[in-house]
Amino acid sequence: MDTNHSRRQLAAMKQSLFDQGLLDEQFIQLEELQDDANPNFVEEIVTLHYRDSSRLISSIEQALKERNLDFNKLDTLMHQFKGSSSSIGAKKVKAECNLFREYCRAGNAEGCMRSFQQLKKEHAALRKKLEAYFQVSRV
Amino acid sequence: MDSNGVVSWPRMPENMDAFALSPEQSQEVHVLAVDDSLVDRKVIERLLKVLACKVTAVDSGLRALQLLGLLDEQKMASETFVGLKVDLIITDYCMPGMTGYELLKKIKESSTFKETPVVIMSSENVLPRIDRCLEEGAEDFIVKPVKLSDVKRLKDYMTTKEVRGESQDREGNNYKRKLLDTSDVSPSSPPSISSSTLPSSPSVIDSPIRRLKMTSTD
Repeated sequence: MDTNHSRRQLAAMKQSLFDQGLLDEQFIQLEELQDDANPNFVEEIVTLHYRDSSRLISSIEQALKERNLDFNKLDTLMHQFKGSSSSIGAKKVKAECNLFREYCRAGNAEGCMRSFQQLKKEHAALRKKLEAYFQVSRV
Repeated sequence: MDSNGVVSWPRMPENMDAFALSPEQSQEVHVLAVDDSLVDRKVIERLLKVLACKVTAVDSGLRALQLLGLLDEQKMASETFVGLKVDLIITDYCMPGMTGYELLKKIKESSTFKETPVVIMSSENVLPRIDRCLEEGAEDFIVKPVKLSDVKRLKDYMTTKEVRGESQDREGNNYKRKLLDTSDVSPSSPPSISSSTLPSSPSVIDSPIRRLKMTSTD
């Protein structure tokens, strides 16, 4: 009974994440790689992603504090961030990354800062939601 | 370097048995994966393992060359690497230090590994980049994020190659020609490609080799 309930809850949570445009097909791809021997693969990958991306966020934050922004450096950092986000299927975060990179290429400092704030919000929000999701998946 | 010719490096992977030095072990496909992103390395590793490949994943072109025995200072000790079995090298394009393209060139210039298929992965769908890599001898180009179907296609290609043996020329040519061939569409990889975001060249559209991701937000 309990497992059925949590399974349904899990499915509903996942559907919601998709409906909100937060996750894309890549997340499903990762789930399909799970098996009895590797039941927590997605959670492991997501954990690695958040470790990596936190580091990148700090680097970007530092870089944005510079007097004269180094747009190349910012773009490179964001490219890494985007790649990692894309690999876990973080759809909305990935879109924010693209926006940030457009501002970099346009040399638009204010645009960069604005989109970065938004990106951090999305990144944190998804993290919370995924944490809740994995919590239910472990029940 | 030891005087008895055995080359040991501080950070060799634990699974050295993947580099099959004996014929009995050479049944499994061994893939060398190169990517500076830890997340991507873990994903590609899992994808390959699901397809029963042995994987060695490294984080840079330099480390890949080191493992293959292709760094300049290693070339003198190349005898030690005879029998090193790598069936496929799959590498990210954008990496700090040495790019995947540079790694590709070094591999294709080597006498030991120039026949080894090299596949490039990139999150960026840049046609000149794809062309450059294929011209330099890359077997295929995969747009990230990498899916199981991408890796499966590569494995099928390698298995088919072994089975076909000497008809490699036809196989090899087919792949390179596929870029320009609009009629040759593989049934196993349906080109579900919409034309809305395509570049002007129509001959590129039908090429399954390119895995142009038309639905991505790129």
